[in-house]
Amino acid sequence: MASGIRDKVAILGMGCSRFGERWDCGPEDLMLEAFNEALADAGVGLQQIEAAWFGVCLEENNVGKTAGPLAQALRLPRIAATRVENACATGTEALRGAAYAVAAGAYDIVLALGVEKLKDTGYGGLPVRTRGVANDLWMPNATAPGAFAQLASAYAAKHGVAMADLKRAMAHVSVKSHANAALNPKAHLRNAITEADVLKAATIAAPLGLYDCCGVSDGAACAILTTPEIARALRPGAELVTIKALELSVSNGEESGFNRWDGAHIATAREAGARAYASAGVTDPRRQIDMAEVHDCFSITEAVLMEDLGFSAPGRAIHDVLDGVFDRGGALPVQPDGGLKCFGHPIGASGLRMVYEIYLQIHGRAGARQLQQVDLGLTHNLGGHPQQNVCAVAILGRHGA
Amino acid sequence: MTRIDEAHGLLAATRYVPRLRLERSEVLNQHRWMAPGLRGLAKGRRAIAHWDEDSVTMAVEAARQLQQALPAVAAAELTLASTTLPFADRLNAGIVASAIGLAPEAVLRDVGSSARAALTELAAALRRTDGAAAHLVVASERRTPKPASTQEMIFGDGAAAALVGRGPVVAVHVASRSTHADLVDHFRQAGAENDYGWEERWVRDEGYLKIAVDTIAACLADAGVAASEVAHFAMPAPLARVNDAVARRLGIAASALVSAEHDTVGDLGSAQPLAMLDIALRAAAPGALILVAAFASGCDALLLRRSALPCPGGVPGPGRAETSYLKYLSFTGRVELEWGMRAEMDNKAALTAAWRDHARAARFEGGRCEACSTVQFPRSRVCVNPDCKAQDRQLPTSLADLPARVLSHTSDFLAYTPNPPFQFGHIDFEGGGRVMMEFADTDADELKVGLPLRMVYRIKDFDRLRGFRRYFWKATPLRDGADDTPPAPGKGAI
Repeated sequence: MASGIRDKVAILGMGCSRFGERWDCGPEDLMLEAFNEALADAGVGLQQIEAAWFGVCLEENNVGKTAGPLAQALRLPRIAATRVENACATGTEALRGAAYAVAAGAYDIVLALGVEKLKDTGYGGLPVRTRGVANDLWMPNATAPGAFAQLASAYAAKHGVAMADLKRAMAHVSVKSHANAALNPKAHLRNAITEADVLKAATIAAPLGLYDCCGVSDGAACAILTTPEIARALRPGAELVTIKALELSVSNGEESGFNRWDGAHIATAREAGARAYASAGVTDPRRQIDMAEVHDCFSITEAVLMEDLGFSAPGRAIHDVLDGVFDRGGALPVQPDGGLKCFGHPIGASGLRMVYEIYLQIHGRAGARQLQQVDLGLTHNLGGHPQQNVCAVAILGRHGA
Repeated sequence: MTRIDEAHGLLAATRYVPRLRLERSEVLNQHRWMAPGLRGLAKGRRAIAHWDEDSVTMAVEAARQLQQALPAVAAAELTLASTTLPFADRLNAGIVASAIGLAPEAVLRDVGSSARAALTELAAALRRTDGAAAHLVVASERRTPKPASTQEMIFGDGAAAALVGRGPVVAVHVASRSTHADLVDHFRQAGAENDYGWEERWVRDEGYLKIAVDTIAACLADAGVAASEVAHFAMPAPLARVNDAVARRLGIAASALVSAEHDTVGDLGSAQPLAMLDIALRAAAPGALILVAAFASGCDALLLRRSALPCPGGVPGPGRAETSYLKYLSFTGRVELEWGMRAEMDNKAALTAAWRDHARAARFEGGRCEACSTVQFPRSRVCVNPDCKAQDRQLPTSLADLPARVLSHTSDFLAYTPNPPFQFGHIDFEGGGRVMMEFADTDADELKVGLPLRMVYRIKDFDRLRGFRRYFWKATPLRDGADDTPPAPGKGAI
């Protein structure tokens, strides 16, 4: 009987590049920036890494195929390296591959690294691309904001909420993330904004305005993983952060093709969240989870996720958001690092960036944005669109927590 | 005398006019500096195809209107007439037939090259009284005249259709005549963009007043009918006052002249004779004689007698005023605007995949699970219903004519579309089925959750690199009010 991954894998070291419009950096520079930090943090040498998982989403605008670009950038000694891709959940997918290899006993020390060099397309936003040859014959060439904007229309209709009220809550989400990122030297967007700024901004995809959308950034993040036993042996007495849960749920076409989904929530987030809570022994997420980094690609996504992940009761997300529950000083801080919204969203790196923030917060190394006490944190990483997506939920915490 | 419900003749006619109507005064405003003479033509509005409409999609809508008006009649032949078909080598009628779900054994043909092509076909179909099979003649035109030409003012975009067969006819053939004459009043070389025309007075005197008059007179003589007996005289004439002169010369009463709808639609080219026939049929009393004529490289004349049966189907609504002449120029490719890098997306279609599931895009074909009755799109091997998941139990079912409602929607200003914003959303069909799809012919702020919709066949996108275009269905608001084109399926004036 499978027993899950709880406390079987420890994070030995982590690194994260500065996110942003890194015009002067190629993917190689971004990878090394994150990797050098992680290697120093882990206190191991390159030769000790036995296998690697490499997350890149839009390889055609970026590094190309295979894990070769990682092996070349770091000059890995011809070890096993695997490239993974699961849309915007790619970063967590790299972590998952690496973590399971350690948990399986196949390797002692492994690397998970995600990178995305997005700012080589020549235009703002994510690059346009094919949806697959058969889908291109009928599917609208939807943008990400257009796909997620629909959550707002369906949510407002389902809960009988005035769009103006929903937009105020969405604005609060973005104002909060800007305020948090202002304290984060690695964040892409560090300017403080007001609710009025959000509400008067140009419409991108109604009802989402410019400030409802996350940054499109270059960046890399990585983790070096091992077993708790090896971690203790390497660093006796040091605080140990272990993986409590690492769950993935993938839409099978039911939301987009069956008339049951209400269009107002993320079904896979509920599924992955429930499994992760069961794996980690969490029964009351609102109280037991100390902080969360969720996939706030758009303000409305973060808002509905508060319900999907059990942080807010159904239909209560707007009230909790406006009451400041998820602010940095609130009962359950969400995106203390600024989130996708302001730390930025280099796709392949984002899942690992979320883990990086929890890792820093547990270790008390989050600087000006340090929270009081974090024992258990959650990351939620979403790839795709609300009606068809991949949701990865990870729970991390102090060993024994 | 043959019983009317088993006669051979015209079963129905219809016309489709795109929703957008360009104000001619706005056209004049842009050209006044160099072509002040257009002032005399700058009255009313003309119909313009939306960016995602062409002569094929408009033909589909006209044909669907006839299908909905007479659901029991299955056409065994389809003729598509147009001088502006999108494909020079690919059966355009085949695109129409696939979209409206004609049986694979239906006989199809494209005809064109002149504005009388559809009338030639209709008269021929009416003369062929031997067969019992229904013949659908559709004519559709989307001409894009040179800016500041009189044609730009006079022409309209649209389609018309007629169904010929045995059954409850609205009119029967009395006589018909055809004359060919290579009098070149205007021409457009194959592949060329623009017409070139000769002096209108010559066209009137040597063309209409001789060739058309002689052809019509011969047709009336064949029927043994005096011109004064013609109650409705329908003849497209892109020149002013020509029909009056022809009628006068023949002895047809001025009151018999059928409106060409110049003020609201414009001249529909090869579709105009059928469109004017539809107008005449709806106005005609039982037993009335209707004469339709079309002049182009000769002339066709068709004399019909109206039955007492009401005309099936509805008529086009008034549409929606369009005041941006620049938008029209952009829609017709007459001006190239800066659309940004997102418009550079390569829309190459995989023709193998397109054929493999051709009914999916052509007929909006999904599946209905035999095990649990769930309707789903696309049709798949395993049922989408999580409580069913039956394998290989889905029967083909078309969503094209089902009513639907908005589940969620957006107006996206980031995505490329020739008519921003890009509006799309999730649609739930009555009786099941959900599809994320584009909206067509919507107004700003019109979309809302629960809005009733119907489906229309449109251009999905262009592959400009290879000269190809993809078609698919889009959702358009169901409008019962004063503004709008055709009555809803199952509703309105059928």
